[in-house]
Amino acid sequence: MPQLASHSTPPIVARSVSKTFRVPEERTHTLKETALHPLRRTRHESFSALKDISFEVHRGEFFGIAGRNGSGKSTLLKCLAGIYGVDHGKIWMEGRLSTFIELGVGFNQDLAARDNVVLNGIMMGLTPREARRRVDEVIDFAELREFEELKLKNYSSGMHVRLAFSVAIQVDADILLVDEVLAVGDAAFQQKCFDVFHRMRDEQRTIVFVTHDMGSLNRFCHRALLLERGETVHLGEPHEVADRYLEINFGREANAGGSGDTGEGRGGDGDARVLEAWIEDEHGQRPASLPQGQRIVLKALVRFEVEVEDPAASLYVLNEDHLAIVVASSMRTEERSGRFRAGEEVLCSFAFENVLAPGRYNPLFTLAHRGTGMDLIDRYEGAFSFVVTGPEAMGGAVDLPVEVAMSRAESGSAREIVL
Amino acid sequence: MSTETLTPETSSEPVPYEGLGRPIKGPRALNDDPRRFWHLTYNIARNEFKLKFFGSVLGYVWQVMRPLLLFGVLYVFFVLIAKVGGGGQPSEQFYGVQLLGSIILFTFFGEATSGAVRSVFDRENLVRKIQFPRMVIPLAIVLLAFFNLLLNLIVVFLFALISGVTPMLSWLELPLILTLLVVFSTGLAMLLAALFVRFRDISPIWEVVSQIVFYGSPVIIPLSKVREALLYPKPPKHETSFDRFLHEHGHLLYHIYMLNPLVTVFQQFRHAMVTHATISAGQALEGWLGLLEPVGVAVATFALGFWVFNRSAPFVAENL
Repeated sequence: MPQLASHSTPPIVARSVSKTFRVPEERTHTLKETALHPLRRTRHESFSALKDISFEVHRGEFFGIAGRNGSGKSTLLKCLAGIYGVDHGKIWMEGRLSTFIELGVGFNQDLAARDNVVLNGIMMGLTPREARRRVDEVIDFAELREFEELKLKNYSSGMHVRLAFSVAIQVDADILLVDEVLAVGDAAFQQKCFDVFHRMRDEQRTIVFVTHDMGSLNRFCHRALLLERGETVHLGEPHEVADRYLEINFGREANAGGSGDTGEGRGGDGDARVLEAWIEDEHGQRPASLPQGQRIVLKALVRFEVEVEDPAASLYVLNEDHLAIVVASSMRTEERSGRFRAGEEVLCSFAFENVLAPGRYNPLFTLAHRGTGMDLIDRYEGAFSFVVTGPEAMGGAVDLPVEVAMSRAESGSAREIVL
Repeated sequence: MSTETLTPETSSEPVPYEGLGRPIKGPRALNDDPRRFWHLTYNIARNEFKLKFFGSVLGYVWQVMRPLLLFGVLYVFFVLIAKVGGGGQPSEQFYGVQLLGSIILFTFFGEATSGAVRSVFDRENLVRKIQFPRMVIPLAIVLLAFFNLLLNLIVVFLFALISGVTPMLSWLELPLILTLLVVFSTGLAMLLAALFVRFRDISPIWEVVSQIVFYGSPVIIPLSKVREALLYPKPPKHETSFDRFLHEHGHLLYHIYMLNPLVTVFQQFRHAMVTHATISAGQALEGWLGLLEPVGVAVATFALGFWVFNRSAPFVAENL
């Protein structure tokens, strides 16, 4: 992560910020309802969207706000943007602010792109002259030159977002607040956004970035804040935040073991049954999530119903795309596993270094008769899943420890790039 | 405007860093920079104006045609057929111009107030995404209506000159008359825009109310007729209970009628702009001091509208 020079006065300071929404249980929208029941006060349910949030963002810092849907991250961004007032606490913002919130910046659908860009520049604090001067830059950045006189309602959603993002970054803001920009736009435009982020970071602009994409969080942010149910869970290095995020996200559902016979996907002749399967980390614990790089052991307890000779136990670890990332079988290591009597219980274990890419995995165990491995005794899947956490999703299915080097080739000698 | 009321318990807390200014205040009705406020209001109004202009085939013709058509219908049915105002009394001189002028002024009132009702609500995507002074929205509606008014007034003046109205020194009163109209309409615009966010049936209610105001101010029915009926009722041959009611409470009803600032606006327009044969608003109110009442109503409406909008502005984004 890039290092930052620390400055004495941070451009963004939030101190014990709390925000409560009053959500009426039964919203009375008409005067008649109010007039008929003047004494019945609408009961309001208070919904605490933010509870006692404090942080500061330094000049030139790229600050991430992460959290699940409904965790309050967008509310926090709107409070920073001054769109919502806060109930308690204070926020200081120093410098010109530009916001890009929820895939748009408030365009008028009936106006042409040009007029919208000017209007938006004025809304963000430019004088009309400045705003008009910048129109061409904005349109060019958005690559919408041919469509500048087209009404916005005739724009595709991608064009819309491109224009909105271009407007947001072109107002010369000191602070840019961005909400979920990377969810949209094609790869080329996303790359362009990232280039802009890098440039702004180099220019000591301050960027606050709301996301649930841990990859971009790791890639860009110097620090990040993780929210859950309106409370600060973690404030610190992005990779720590990413780990905690994955834990929160999957932790509740992923249990470390299971004996559930889901009934589905169960096949085979039933000469033996997998009773239970679970996962252990290197300390023999059953964790909810497993960090990359540690040794993990998947275990299955099998009970034989009849006598079976030389059965083969196999493990498939499937990722979210149902691709088998790891396949291992006892057939490889010991083809003659021995003779098991009826009623005997056997523990099968599969231990390996966790090089899986961050994400959720489903293990699948099979037990087969000697031979090709196709003659199934039992098939056990879906009983549990586990989550691998890691600093960064590079996009590969596994993260093998790869030594990467780029060395300058000596002049005249062959160019060598070791990858 | 109070800005310190939101965070009483943290106000004693020291500023965490030196060099920090004041904490941000969240969304408000106004901002600290009047120029930005004006640029915004003007540009929103201008864009809407352009949309109307270029939005349809005949464009701006419709904007002028609407009041003219209304004028045509009212003139034929009320003046020519029902003989309202067309009776040939001195105060009914240039009655067509009087009628058209009042219609144009009322059109402004209608556009400014009815347009403002849904204005904040309809601009949800702006309100929820950008921090800007919320008051800009209803004021832009009023400004747009004012653009239309100025264009329509050109038509009125052409019509007046063609009809034979001679230019008078009292034409200089026009800015004052328009100021009273704008202050009253703006107050209602702010009030209605803020209330609609909470009460959705403001919209149909206001439609009805503006109809009442249309007939309850001297647009079609000249003030002289109202005065005659309320202040100097002739004993009718067969007195009905309504006649008795008018006879007993005529002065009070007239007083209430004259409280409406639009009555002053329309009547003074007729007096100062069209013909001195009609009585001035001052005369109708028994002296210039009487003008303080409708002016007071307009200013009070403005203050109330401003207060209500200002109070609700911080929460508009959440309540939409």
